[in-house]
Amino acid sequence: MNRSAWGGVGFTLPALLWILLFFIGPVLLMVAASLHPLTAAGVPSPQWGLGAYRAFFSQPAYVQALIDSVVTTIVVTVLSTVISYPFAWSIACVVPARWQRLALIMAILPFWTSYVVRSYAWLLAISPVGLVNKALLALHLIHRPLMLAYNPHATELGFVHFFLMLNTLTIYASLKQINPRYELAARDLGASSWRAFFGITLPLSMPGVATGAFLTIVLTIGDYVTPQILGGFRQLLLPQLIMMQIQRQLDLASASAMSLILTAIVALAYLGLQRWLRLSRL
Amino acid sequence: MKTLTLFASLYMALCYLFIFLPVVVLVLFSFQAGNLPVPPLKGLSLRWYLAVFHDARLMGGFGHSLVVGVVSSALSVLLGFLAAYGLARYDMPGKRFIRGIIMLPMAVSYLLVGMGLLVSASALGAAPGLPTVIIGHVVMNMPLAFAICLAQLGEHQRRIEYAARDLGAGTLRVLLTITAPMIAPTLIAAFCMCFTLSWDEFLIAFLNTRFDVTLPVVIWGLLRGGLTPETNAAGALIFLISIGLMLAVEILLLRKRRA
Repeated sequence: MNRSAWGGVGFTLPALLWILLFFIGPVLLMVAASLHPLTAAGVPSPQWGLGAYRAFFSQPAYVQALIDSVVTTIVVTVLSTVISYPFAWSIACVVPARWQRLALIMAILPFWTSYVVRSYAWLLAISPVGLVNKALLALHLIHRPLMLAYNPHATELGFVHFFLMLNTLTIYASLKQINPRYELAARDLGASSWRAFFGITLPLSMPGVATGAFLTIVLTIGDYVTPQILGGFRQLLLPQLIMMQIQRQLDLASASAMSLILTAIVALAYLGLQRWLRLSRL
Repeated sequence: MKTLTLFASLYMALCYLFIFLPVVVLVLFSFQAGNLPVPPLKGLSLRWYLAVFHDARLMGGFGHSLVVGVVSSALSVLLGFLAAYGLARYDMPGKRFIRGIIMLPMAVSYLLVGMGLLVSASALGAAPGLPTVIIGHVVMNMPLAFAICLAQLGEHQRRIEYAARDLGAGTLRVLLTITAPMIAPTLIAAFCMCFTLSWDEFLIAFLNTRFDVTLPVVIWGLLRGGLTPETNAAGALIFLISIGLMLAVEILLLRKRRA
């Protein structure tokens, strides 16, 4: 290595050390903690063992929470992508160029409401005495308030609202990077506008779709606030179980094991979407 | 084409309605004169905003969030900028690997970072508190600051840096008097971005504090007490501050693009 290379390493070193010391190190400690399951006395066992993982997979309620978490994440990811794509496309291709920036800013403005407050605001909107029910009653569309809050669909609603904004942003950015001449060329060669869209525009916008989808998966599967406020208690998701391990059982070994299982699912999603992902170009 | 435009406009209107519904509910009922943040609206009043300013817990949480936000964002931008400068200006082996390591936290959930710090603090016997939260927020936000800086360190500045070097300036002097001032708007924008994410972050703060809690954790506690327009008022104020910061980012980055 020449002198210049060492200089470059010097500049990147503080950031690398920070990640190593405060992210990779702690995660390795978590792995170690998860391999020392609690004994009957409630202290970490001195022996290494897979007890925490075995306990997780032998509890039907825990496995159900894992399945529910994965299903919720898939539903939320698919819905937010499908709803946001036409929205982003409309902003990029229908709205006149000079208004696009404003249209996009408006589309992601509520993104900046406080994270905890956003779920609370949805709770207010869809509660039996909330604005949505009051409006539907006033319009005589319903006769009794609908029970919209405190169920798994309310959780999905809260998530889809948030990720609709995020995906609109990533898909819009991807659509704007496509050279419009490609589609014109396809049209000149006789493709219908549908064929040009599905043959040219859609494949070229996949990086935006995949980036948005991946962020949706990461942030949905690890979220505790939205299901806790909107979801009610009939269905618990994995992060809620993890919190219960920490707060009620004081069982860091199980909580670590569950967090690592959750991370393994995120890693699978990453591998699946990898060929399109452009995380550094957000 | 006409029908397509019509459909698109209709669809966009529906999306905007959906996106803004909770914000409207939040802000509208923060002005509620009555005691509940649900219809009917019993007149408009600012009493809940006054209540927020007189609430010691909320104001304490605000102070903690401010400290965490400012310190963690300053560290994120400093480390992210240095790393981006190193990668953009020097040739070295393993560039992709270094970039991958720095960007790694962007691919994991806040829960993993928060849990990792909790487990480490308990293994080391460290008391939970704001320093741990700051450390966690730098882990999550530094990759973002790094990516923003890397995107802005182009060839244009490199030529000016060479000129300064030819005139005898050392590495540090070039960095401090040439590069940093040239991309100052980017650095400020990255700072604002990190700050809005940090001061609103819940999970890492929730897991790693006990008494000196941040604003989102205080609001979380308020929610347990039932529905009150005070929560709406606090939420509306947080929204206002975040929007102000993001507008600053927008203006800074837009001006840069035009320049």
